[in-house]
Amino acid sequence: MPEPAIEIESLTKDYPTGFLHLKTKRSLENLSMRIEEGESFGFLGPNGAGKSTTIKLLMGIIFPTSGSARILGRPITDVEMHKDIGYLPEQPYFYDYLTAAELLDYFARFYGMKSAERKERVGKMLKKVGLETAEKIQLRKYSKGMLQRVGLAQAILHDPKVVILDEPMSGLDPIGRHEVRDIISELKRGGKTVFFSTHILTDAEMLCDKVGVIVGGKLQGVGRPDEIVGVKAQEIEIVFDADDDVRSATLRAKASKSGSRYAMRVPEENVFAAIEEVRAAGAKLAAVTPIKPTLEEYFLHLVEKDRAQAAAIEVSGK
Amino acid sequence: MTRIAAVSWNTFREAVRDRVLYNLVFFALLLIATAILVGQISIGIETIVLVSLGLSAISVIGLLIAVFTGVGLVSKEIEKRTLYALLSKPLRRWEFLVGKFGGLVLTLTVNTGAMAVGLMLALLYVKHSLGSGDATAFVAVYFILLKLAIVVALALLFSCFTSQLLAILFTSGLYIAGLFISEMRNLDASRVGPAARHFFTGISYLLPNFQNFDVMAAAAHARPLPGILIVHNTLYAMLYCAVVLGAASVVFGRKNLK
Repeated sequence: MPEPAIEIESLTKDYPTGFLHLKTKRSLENLSMRIEEGESFGFLGPNGAGKSTTIKLLMGIIFPTSGSARILGRPITDVEMHKDIGYLPEQPYFYDYLTAAELLDYFARFYGMKSAERKERVGKMLKKVGLETAEKIQLRKYSKGMLQRVGLAQAILHDPKVVILDEPMSGLDPIGRHEVRDIISELKRGGKTVFFSTHILTDAEMLCDKVGVIVGGKLQGVGRPDEIVGVKAQEIEIVFDADDDVRSATLRAKASKSGSRYAMRVPEENVFAAIEEVRAAGAKLAAVTPIKPTLEEYFLHLVEKDRAQAAAIEVSGK
Repeated sequence: MTRIAAVSWNTFREAVRDRVLYNLVFFALLLIATAILVGQISIGIETIVLVSLGLSAISVIGLLIAVFTGVGLVSKEIEKRTLYALLSKPLRRWEFLVGKFGGLVLTLTVNTGAMAVGLMLALLYVKHSLGSGDATAFVAVYFILLKLAIVVALALLFSCFTSQLLAILFTSGLYIAGLFISEMRNLDASRVGPAARHFFTGISYLLPNFQNFDVMAAAAHARPLPGILIVHNTLYAMLYCAVVLGAASVVFGRKNLK
């Protein structure tokens, strides 16, 4: 079995709270998952779910209360492993007295790049994120979206094997989001492992081989986006055209009208009977579409479930 | 070593681009120029007044930079979250701390050097020539720099586990305490009691002894200093900085950044 790119085992993080730090708040509970090499993995969850905590633990910015993690087979405490990792923090902020080119040149020094190599890589990265014309402007004058692009450039500056992005689309306009999606797709095509957190579900559906959903610090599920919400369609939508005659009146009564067409939902086991009914009523079948719950519906269901559980605990506590 | 140098260089670059530091150095040079005027009305002791005031200005301005910039070296990076991207590079936390320390000491060296040149030009203006005794003023400036390096290390240590305000108070407090080491060691047991005397004697060996670095009187009177004092003070400052930075690395190495 090949070594996973990222392997997380029972990772738990508690934060001290209160004036004397005597109480603790669990931010992440017993998280375990594997991300294979070359995989594009979306880490989904609402704000405060534990996504950034997980990423900060992986990057050694905070330390776990218990559990462990390995990236490319090396423990996360091994700083040398960072040579193969790129990281974009959430809402990145950089030294405002530097220009984008100076910042990237500074960061490139940590990878042992020589002067000529640094210059070449910095120019290439700025072009990639569309900042080549702003390279000599100090970062204090950059917009949020521009800072996000600089953040992305510094994350992939050294051509890492694993790229970890915390909310990479945050603060970007639709064009910026599209460009970031293109960069992530390009990284994926180049065989890189991409692990990114997001609460924008369409991005995850578009980009990810696999997603993990975390709510309230607990992992709710990991799998392919279609797998995680259940591949099996529960209902089928049948769309048909029908004249306003007596023959099709019963059928039309069961459906809802949308524009000039009628649509009705039937359980999967009744689909053939329903199609026969459409034919017998003299209506013209237009489409038969399985209705799968979207990732968004699944996500909202989990959040509501978690809130209900939290409320139940609160009530029983009182 | 390359990583430490990179952090140091960036810290120095930040300081160079900060106009506040220029203002402080300008203020020190202004004080030295004022010392020339004060010297002219102090008949017979112009040089003594000039050197004393000049070295005091260098020391006070250096201290302001060391304390106020020193406590912000780490906390500002945590507050602004610039450290997140930096720590994702192959950079150990202690390397970051040592780099930050090196960067500020480099800044102080350049600033103190500029102020020392100003003092020497003022001396040359007053005396029209410099003698070998005036080299003591250079040694005094070097000792101020050593003292400032210890202050920076202390500011860094405190800023690793407390707020900026408390770090300023702790660093300033230790600096003031470090100016009274001999008084602590020579307390009269009959007045404070033997237990207090032992306590203060013991603690005086832990505190930084800044009295060792005060050679202003010798510099003002152009008296030469023994070479062994230079060696002793250099080794003392290096060792003290190493111990304090070691402690700071242990604290910072375990710190959860928010």
